[in-house]
Amino acid sequence: MSEIVPPEVRPKPAVPAKPSHVAPPSSGSALLGYIGIDTIIEQMRKKTMKTGFDFNIMVVGQSGLGKSTLVNTLFKSQVSRRSTSWSRDEKIPKTVEIKSASHVIEEGGVKMKLTVVDTPGFGDQINNENCWEPISKYINEQYEKFLKEEVNIARKKRIPDTRVHCCLYFISPTGHSLRQLDIEFMKHLSRVVNIIPVIAKSDTLTLDEKTEFKQRVRKELEACGIECYPQKEFDEDMEDKSDNDKIREAMPFAVVGSDKEYQVNGKRVLGRKTAWGVVEVENPNHCEFSLLRDFMIRSHLQDLKEVTHNIHYETYRAKRLNDNGGLHPISSGQDTQEIPMPIKHTQVISKPTKF
Amino acid sequence: MTYRWAQTEPEQSRAAESETNVNVLTCVFQDKQYVGFATLPNQVHRKSVKKGFDFTLMVAGESGLGKSTLVNSLFLTDLYKDRKLLNAEERINQTVEITKHTVDIEEKGVKLKLTIVDTPGFGDAVNNNECWRPITDYTDQQFEQYFRDESGLNRKNILDNRVHCCLYFIPPFGHGLRPVDVEFMKALHEKVNIIPLISKADCLTPSEVKKLKDRVRDEIEHFGIKVYQFPECDSDEEEEFKQMDKELKECTPFAVIGSNTVVEARGQRVRGRLYPWGIVEVENQSHCDFVKLRNMLIRSHMHDLKDVTCDVHYENYRAHCIQEMTSKLAQDNRTGSPLPILPLPTPDVETEKLIKMKDEELKRMQEMLEKMQQQMHEKDQ
Repeated sequence: MSEIVPPEVRPKPAVPAKPSHVAPPSSGSALLGYIGIDTIIEQMRKKTMKTGFDFNIMVVGQSGLGKSTLVNTLFKSQVSRRSTSWSRDEKIPKTVEIKSASHVIEEGGVKMKLTVVDTPGFGDQINNENCWEPISKYINEQYEKFLKEEVNIARKKRIPDTRVHCCLYFISPTGHSLRQLDIEFMKHLSRVVNIIPVIAKSDTLTLDEKTEFKQRVRKELEACGIECYPQKEFDEDMEDKSDNDKIREAMPFAVVGSDKEYQVNGKRVLGRKTAWGVVEVENPNHCEFSLLRDFMIRSHLQDLKEVTHNIHYETYRAKRLNDNGGLHPISSGQDTQEIPMPIKHTQVISKPTKF
Repeated sequence: MTYRWAQTEPEQSRAAESETNVNVLTCVFQDKQYVGFATLPNQVHRKSVKKGFDFTLMVAGESGLGKSTLVNSLFLTDLYKDRKLLNAEERINQTVEITKHTVDIEEKGVKLKLTIVDTPGFGDAVNNNECWRPITDYTDQQFEQYFRDESGLNRKNILDNRVHCCLYFIPPFGHGLRPVDVEFMKALHEKVNIIPLISKADCLTPSEVKKLKDRVRDEIEHFGIKVYQFPECDSDEEEEFKQMDKELKECTPFAVIGSNTVVEARGQRVRGRLYPWGIVEVENQSHCDFVKLRNMLIRSHMHDLKDVTCDVHYENYRAHCIQEMTSKLAQDNRTGSPLPILPLPTPDVETEKLIKMKDEELKRMQEMLEKMQQQMHEKDQ
């Protein structure tokens, strides 16, 4: 069966969206006093701080587009391998490789295990047919790993999450339109992972060129039926929709990355110094890096994880279960065998993932 | 007596005078004893100016690297006014095309017929195997056509469509040459003068430009690519010129920026690009190497590029062609009939006759040389 319908109901976390004492609830039970349900937010916060959380980001694009630099700039630390000082021996790999590196970064008492998955060799060969296949394979392998863990009888308390939560796709700033390769990649992968397209090295475009290019890219994506994150179909309510619409209008973000600081107007800023001026990375008039950072990290980080878990992963899971006529729950240590046993189709209930 | 002395004196002095007069006259004659062929360059100049020059420039590289903008900036024209940019869907089945734009430019009475050969679609597909094939076919075609015309009956008005120079655009986003760059240049370096350029150099900081240039130069050497070499300066040129020439050679590959718009910078209207953080001036030497490229391409080396094309690349092609023809001749054991390599009725027979004549001449001259050498030996002994 290849009909995949994303589940209609997303299991909501057991947190009320608004504090309950602002307006009387419409469905019956009037509160006769203060109970303290709203302190659950504080409890969750404490727990999160103790356990920390995972975030996996994949960067895809031709070599030299500033992928590693941008990730380092986003997380303000050296989390990605710097390939600016290539020696002659570090040639372009013949096939797309997948290299992942994990770091734990901490801010305000919150620990995050950040994994950056790099894809050297993508789009660099003369013949780039199917160069997205290794990437697609990797993503599905992570889903498979998670599925196996879930399906175990003796499950771990906290399943290690290596699924790719976000894929940053770097578009070359030609100023004309998307390349064939870009469209092929996004077509194949937008239903499998959250793709956020960014325009790399955008300090080569003037403001007019930038606006024109973004418009053309958006039109092309629409024409090809490619839905990037945030996807329209997953907007929950009007508030979400209006926020996300604003973001969709501004995408793809035209970014510039840098890890060097310069003195501008008495302040130290991250930027790139050229003979005609300093490009400030965090200045919204110069480039949209701060927009991207705020969007990805400060407002939608959790949402990225949720969409990955509830939509993409569930799609994969449903497909796997349907293909095999129901996975037999096994004890840990054995490989899942595709045995077509006449099992009653029981619903395998998955525990809500701890953040 | 004295009277006679006095009489003879003037004679002597007159004789002396006439002698000196003769001396003076010979000096004057020596000054006027020039034939007058020193005016030849002026005559050539006048004739060429009347005839006009032509130059064919090819631009190659992926789309979006600023090729059209650079050509417009170089020649201060707008060759691509009505161009429609294709989007990715339309480009799915596009193969590499060859398009030609010709423009006649005149400056101070000198006419230039400039042909720009563009290569849209190069390197844009997902699978770019042999995407340089249409380009090598095109250059070979032009050589073939010239070869035929040269061997033809009416040689007065040969149209020279051979490509004199190819500007190859390397993207600034990478870490050096990519596989497609290397393969393209290796396929074309023996057919056309290749000048590699680093395009859109305004996205690089000065240290990045230097690093990339060094890297590209190393890789060009490593892969054995023969790019166009500037000719050596004559030893009698001025020091200043030699210094400029040296700087030029150290600057390759040129990092260029092009612009179709005029902006206001430092109180002047210049070609440039306006960014929120500053203005890039195309003709400012500290911003990019555009001025160096323009001077090299147009002001000092245009003629040399044509010469190298005629003397080196075309001759290689011609020798290769003739070799093939003669080897085929030997293979097929046919002596007089025209072969289908260059399907021309009579000129083929003519060229073969010419070749035979030249061969015989060579043989005769060699024999004469040998005889002379023998004679010299005998004389010594």
